[in-house]
Amino acid sequence: MKEILEIIENNPRIDPREIATMTGITEAAAASKIKEMEKKGIIRKYKTVIDWEKAGEEFVYAIIEIKVVLRSRTGYDAIAERIAKFPEVRSVRLISGDHDLSLTVRGKSMKDVAFFVAEKIATLEQVQGTVTHFVLRTYKEDGDVLFEKERSERLAVSP
Amino acid sequence: MSYSRKNVRNVLLYHRDGMSDKFVSTRVKEIPPSGIRKFFDLVLEMDGVISLGVGEPDFVTPWHIREACIYSLEKGMTSYTSNLGLLELRELISKCYRNDYDIDYDPGSEILVTTGVSEAADLAFRAIINPGDEIIVPEPCYVSYKPSVFLAGGVPVPVPTYCENEFRAGADQIKESITERTKALVLSYPNNPTGAVMRKSDLEEIADVVVENDLAVISDEVYGKLTYDGSHTCFSSLSGMKERSIILNGFSKSHAMTGLRLGYAAGSEPLIAAMTKVHQYSMLCAPVTAQMGGIEALKNGDGEMKKMVREYDRRRRLIVRGLNKLGLECFEPKGAFYAFPSIKSTGMTSEQFASRLLKEQKVAVVPGDVFGGCGEGYLRCSYATSREELIEALGRMEAFIDSL
Ligand SMILES: Cc1ncc(COP(=O)(O)O)c(C=O)c1O
Repeated sequence: MKEILEIIENNPRIDPREIATMTGITEAAAASKIKEMEKKGIIRKYKTVIDWEKAGEEFVYAIIEIKVVLRSRTGYDAIAERIAKFPEVRSVRLISGDHDLSLTVRGKSMKDVAFFVAEKIATLEQVQGTVTHFVLRTYKEDGDVLFEKERSERLAVSP
Repeated sequence: MSYSRKNVRNVLLYHRDGMSDKFVSTRVKEIPPSGIRKFFDLVLEMDGVISLGVGEPDFVTPWHIREACIYSLEKGMTSYTSNLGLLELRELISKCYRNDYDIDYDPGSEILVTTGVSEAADLAFRAIINPGDEIIVPEPCYVSYKPSVFLAGGVPVPVPTYCENEFRAGADQIKESITERTKALVLSYPNNPTGAVMRKSDLEEIADVVVENDLAVISDEVYGKLTYDGSHTCFSSLSGMKERSIILNGFSKSHAMTGLRLGYAAGSEPLIAAMTKVHQYSMLCAPVTAQMGGIEALKNGDGEMKKMVREYDRRRRLIVRGLNKLGLECFEPKGAFYAFPSIKSTGMTSEQFASRLLKEQKVAVVPGDVFGGCGEGYLRCSYATSREELIEALGRMEAFIDSL
């Protein structure tokens, strides 16, 4: 199972026939193992990494740090889940240090993001303060480098 | 630095024009031109070639190793090291052999760090060969043993190995080629170009022959970490073999460090001392930057190495299945990163097949006979290439075979 995950981690579109060859199991077994892992939520979803900028779509990203006033009974979960419901919010993490939550927010423009934070996040009753960091450039995302990948300059034929 | 096409071509043209070679020694003239170079020349002329002809990893050296090299430069580590190599590196190598194969090599006197296995092999031959000594070399094998033996004044004695025997050298065959001039035996498993490995029992039979005939053994185990079906047996781990063996190993394949040029030899004190004598005058020491990288590789490189090996294994299965499906019968390689399919069913020679495949479908492979006469009828296909390229190359080979 782990072997299959390693194979598809960076390329979910690979043919099950090839997965079968590489792992030494039958194609049917490979397909059913994948189905099973999808069902169990081990494989959560297949996703496409898009360079939106290249596609002509400009997005602005910001990292928002939030200080939260805790309500004794619900802890951080309730407020985190509430914030996570906004589609503008791409990720929500509970963090250690000066702040409590860290969000990534995506918008069409800086104004867009700034208003979203001011109107939707800062106004939440439990939110005591926010700090917004606009992202100027992303170099690596989810283990993928976004600048030019290095290739080894090998000779075409060597001993 | 880059191997620009122009530079490389100039070098080759120089040879081709056959300018006066009156200063070149007879011995060097007698070395036949390398079959690989010829192919390399052909490939250079073309664009859009997918190459299965490469004898090195497609991975770049893991970043933590490169970082260690860079840091050593920043610290100003740019001087010579001891002839034997940095002590810390030798200690780590020694520890590896104790942990992996349960063999003790004294880092003070039984390990010599070299500029790649290439240098180590050359040193080994020069250290043991008297003029006219015969060295048994099972083939197909890495292209440099025969010329190196020859340059050291020895006589290489090829022993053919066959697909039916999974390209393993048999103890009987070795016995048959022994004469009173035989000095040593070369072993090279996991093998380039066949991907063959030796079982421990095969090696034990060979060890008996070696003792009976009082031979030295030079065992090139540079692909030792790249085995896919069971683990590698180091020749000197067999009883009584340490004192008569020189084990060659390095970082090129296991840690994707080819261009850094780092290898080593491990053997008994007299043999290593003899090799060091040659090394100190010809090389002085291995590059210090590479040695620092080697230290990092041995300390923290296991995880990355295992990841690369797992990926090679997947590609190995892909290519072996693919080649067999094309009707190019391919025995299952158990080590290194080469598949060695037979093309006998096509009626072509290795050279014809490889040239036409290159011209018609732009896939580069290396004709098997480059690695010894018994490699005729086979191709070396390296799978140290991305899965996508392998699949594309197999598709093109299918088109080529359909067109025959
Ligand atoms: C069997 C064998 N030995 C030695 C070498 C050379 O290794 P190094 O880069 O350490 O000189 C190679 C490289 O292709 C090889 O295949």
